[in-house]
Amino acid sequence: MSAARPVTGRVEVLDADDPRLGSASLERERRQLDDAWAYARGIAGWLSEVNHKAIGRRFIATAFVWFSLGGVLAVLMRLQLSRPENTLLGPDAYNQIFSTHGTTMMFLFAVPVMLGMGIYVVPLTIGAREIALPRLVAFGYWMFLFGGIFLYVNLLLNTGPDNGWFSYLPLSGPEYGIGRRADVWAQLVTFSELSSLVVAVSLVVTIFKLRAPGMALSRLPLFAWAMLVVSFMIIFAMPAVMLSSSCLIMDRLVSTHFYNQAEAGDPLLWQHLFWFFGHPEVYIIFLPGLGMISPIIATFTGRPVFGYLALVMSLIATAFIGFGVWVHHMFATGLPQFGQSFFTAASIMIVVPTSIQIFCWIATVWTARRIVFATPMLWILAWFCVFIIGGLTGVMLASVPLDLQVHDTFFVVAHFHYVLIGGAVFPLLGGVHYWFPKITGRLLSERLGKLAFGLFFVGFNLTFFPMHILGLHGMPRRVYTYPASMGWGNLNMLASIGAGIMALGLLVYLTNVVVSLRRDEAAADDPWGAADLEWATSSPPPPYNFLPSPTVGSRDPLWHPELEPPVVLGLAADKREVLVTHLLDGEPDHRLEFPGPSIWPLLAAIATTILFVWSIFSPWGVVWGAIPVFVTLVGWFWPRKGRPPREVEADRLAGRLTPTEITS
Amino acid sequence: MGDVIQSVLAPAGIQAARIAHLWWVMFWVCTVVFILVVGAMAIAVTRGRRGASDAGHRVLSRNVAIATAASIAALLVLLTHSVVTGRALETLKTPDALRIQITGYQWWWDVEYLNPQPSLRAVTANEIHIPVGRPVGLTLLSSDVIHSLWIPNLHGKIDLIPGRVNEMWIQADRPGVYRGQCAEFCGLQHAKMAITIVAEPPDQFEGWVAHQREPAPPPTLPSQQRGLDIVERGPCAMCHTIAGTTAGGRTAPDLTHIASRSTLAAGTVPNTRGYLAGWIVDPQHVKPGNKMPPLALSSSDLQALLDYLETLK
Amino acid sequence: MRAAACALIVAVLACGACEREQRRYTELPAAADRSTSVRLTTLQPGMPQAQPPEQSPYQYNAYGIAEGKRLYNAYNCSGCHAMAGGGAIGPALIDDKWIYGSAPDQIFSTIKQGRPDGMPSFGGHIPDQQIWQLVAYVESMAGLVSQDAAPGRNDDQMAKKPEARKEDTRPKQTGHR
Repeated sequence: MSAARPVTGRVEVLDADDPRLGSASLERERRQLDDAWAYARGIAGWLSEVNHKAIGRRFIATAFVWFSLGGVLAVLMRLQLSRPENTLLGPDAYNQIFSTHGTTMMFLFAVPVMLGMGIYVVPLTIGAREIALPRLVAFGYWMFLFGGIFLYVNLLLNTGPDNGWFSYLPLSGPEYGIGRRADVWAQLVTFSELSSLVVAVSLVVTIFKLRAPGMALSRLPLFAWAMLVVSFMIIFAMPAVMLSSSCLIMDRLVSTHFYNQAEAGDPLLWQHLFWFFGHPEVYIIFLPGLGMISPIIATFTGRPVFGYLALVMSLIATAFIGFGVWVHHMFATGLPQFGQSFFTAASIMIVVPTSIQIFCWIATVWTARRIVFATPMLWILAWFCVFIIGGLTGVMLASVPLDLQVHDTFFVVAHFHYVLIGGAVFPLLGGVHYWFPKITGRLLSERLGKLAFGLFFVGFNLTFFPMHILGLHGMPRRVYTYPASMGWGNLNMLASIGAGIMALGLLVYLTNVVVSLRRDEAAADDPWGAADLEWATSSPPPPYNFLPSPTVGSRDPLWHPELEPPVVLGLAADKREVLVTHLLDGEPDHRLEFPGPSIWPLLAAIATTILFVWSIFSPWGVVWGAIPVFVTLVGWFWPRKGRPPREVEADRLAGRLTPTEITS
Repeated sequence: MGDVIQSVLAPAGIQAARIAHLWWVMFWVCTVVFILVVGAMAIAVTRGRRGASDAGHRVLSRNVAIATAASIAALLVLLTHSVVTGRALETLKTPDALRIQITGYQWWWDVEYLNPQPSLRAVTANEIHIPVGRPVGLTLLSSDVIHSLWIPNLHGKIDLIPGRVNEMWIQADRPGVYRGQCAEFCGLQHAKMAITIVAEPPDQFEGWVAHQREPAPPPTLPSQQRGLDIVERGPCAMCHTIAGTTAGGRTAPDLTHIASRSTLAAGTVPNTRGYLAGWIVDPQHVKPGNKMPPLALSSSDLQALLDYLETLK
Repeated sequence: MRAAACALIVAVLACGACEREQRRYTELPAAADRSTSVRLTTLQPGMPQAQPPEQSPYQYNAYGIAEGKRLYNAYNCSGCHAMAGGGAIGPALIDDKWIYGSAPDQIFSTIKQGRPDGMPSFGGHIPDQQIWQLVAYVESMAGLVSQDAAPGRNDDQMAKKPEARKEDTRPKQTGHR
């Protein structure tokens, strides 16, 4: 159809010395791609951008804004608790602050920032031009942004959630949850889970269908594996909490009786539904962290990670078992003995896959070619110390008798901060440092990076280690103050000092980001000598990620150039065309034109936000608020004229990329 | 750490002692595991820096498999120990145990000593006495939101859930005064919802409980009589009960023997005349958000009221 | 200009939400004891005198209204006026008839002083602060407060229609039949 296309109708694999790969034709294709994939300009363009790199960056940056705000709340709590009988915060302010802190960290930071890393890195590491369903991802970003703004505006309006991030019934129900605070919490959940769900769907499709030719599932990078597993977990877990929070809103707004024990509802139903989501949520948060550990260890030891299959199977096993352990949050509710034993066994069993992963990484380091103690590697090595402590206290919490003592005490606070900060935030901060050149085109300063690491590591342990002892000494969670006679003052003061050091570490980290962004020195394509595909393109990558599109012949494509098959040619360069491959073996399947920038995701997100906020105040918000949502979706899906039909006749590359061919 | 009042690690009863034993087993096993794993990593790091020779893939696989098997074995040991402890905790249930019903309210504990004979029941609040060496079955109810009763020196916590009846079995093996606290977030004053447990020799306990069954003694002095008038005709009687008077409110702690308790406002302040006065005049300063309204009493009325309340031994 | 308008809108919203969400534990209204001077009828000799009705300090406050709801049961108001306020021995509170006036200060003095034919005086028994909370709740039963601030359903059997969903019942008949 278009004369400009170098090859019509066929996706071909070319040898490196093929004349069609000559610099002149490549230069022509680069110009066409620059045009076809150009970032939209201006404010309107910024609002309608859908490219995964732009959206991924926004996800990460926005999540760090909420992280910082949640950190400020944490510092306020530590100030309040630093001395007994402190009067800095009253009970009402403290309850709002600890609830908003937890809600922020779980719903607005931990999950979205990991998804943001996935949105940015996954298409690059699997050699795709773009994430699947890019407009849906943009919609997910706007919902996430509006949800966060919604929460913090409400906190400033004294309508911050005050029933904890778990909002147990009946405290958050219609009778005891006074005002609109519980509604704000429940609707924030809807915002953030909607956002997570759509992104998870996009990531699954991306990883299954957009991998570079030759990247069979058995060659999928471990970070992409982790994001794939996490995306499936999100798809199974998040509906439970969206359902339960919607039931909560209905109980409060239109007097349904889902959680009213007097009318055959049950407050424990809430706990089951919530923790059916809430425990997998923990794995949703730290599995991406585990996914970041593998490439970082491989890069800085110069060794492919040992036990690829074991690592993948462990991720999948964790995901499965993770759905069978939720009751260990409810041991104190008085469940039958047999059921408790089952969940104890499951909760203990989930340690096994994680320990297999740890052993594999130790084996990798054991056989290291070299060990480079760059900042990302330091974060990962520290991960081993802190995460193992969190995992071991997790084993203790799985034991019913011991859990009865330490449940809902500062011991648990210490445990899950070791698991979530130690397990997820350490690899995340290391991962951001590692991928920073690929994201921004600038390297972070190693000196500031190590300083930030040191402060954060020391502050973290000073803050949270004493909390184990506080819990054993009888200090319950969620108390806004405590009597001086309890003997908890000194350890609390120590924890508060630690929180200050930790906050300082984070400040240095963010300063490093700002300072490094202003440096002139551009980062190399592959500054660390890593093995994965994202390092094959420039830093930052062009909007279309790769030219020419890569193919893959091994698990560590950049370390084995001799094994790499030729590149792919034949995708149209004058429009946003991507190559869709087979699920298992990564054989080319067909070509698909992707949509460009669109304002509709933003408009749809605004309409959905109006519906969500309105429905807090009136059930009619759902009815009338659905109309603008419908209108924006019609605009979004309106067929565009002149689009060519999808072409699905690409050649199979039988035998050239993968040893087996799958007949279809 | 002798100055810590509530401690899991200082058991005063068989249940807490069993759990403390489990804790120490877990603690040492986990400590050893931690040292082994982090030590292995440390060795790996230093080896790697020396430029180690290539260990064979087969050797590595074998070592990872051994380590995995060892961790499964350790986990099984812990699982077994945990289940055995859990079963042992169940053995305290006996039919002849002392039965006490505790009902959680925002933010205090209603206590009733159960007895098949209604006349032998006793009602109090925020403080329970138990005989040393005898199993005690606590029946746990809630009147509003979910609370959780936790007395670390005696046992782990069990939730008080509206619409459900939970049970907890404790036994104190040495006399003493123990402190418990609400452990499930229950709203504004979750932090100030404590309970006092006095474990005393059985005969002393019998004397105490017999006294708790008595109605309040009639006032003897004129100022005490005036205090009683204030209770009965003023706001107090709207919420509080004092057996033997016309005060019969059911929504706040029973005051029949208030002067015999050691604390006020569910363990918030000590029960002295000064704190009691402050609590009556401005309870919202002591425990912001609690359900007791401030009372505007004249100074002489307040003194009379205190005179009367102090007779409620 | 536009920034100023935005700021104004935010400020208005903020005040509304703040007022609704405040947890005010202690508060004695400035004019605590107006009960003796409250007028119960518009009939009067001589020239009309304008006297603005005093508002309940909890009129827009969700916490105060919820406390009023708790007290309505705790103080056994429900014993005569029924749980749902539909009336039994005492008159209904959810309709548009207000024998002794529907203004907040009139309700206040009705509770505080009592009224003939059965309504006891609670003046010495319930502190003024709590009477004002009851006033706000009684108003919410007739749908006279903002639905945002009014309570939701109870965790009861056969829970009554929540005050937050009560349609506004403007007082039609005040004074004696």
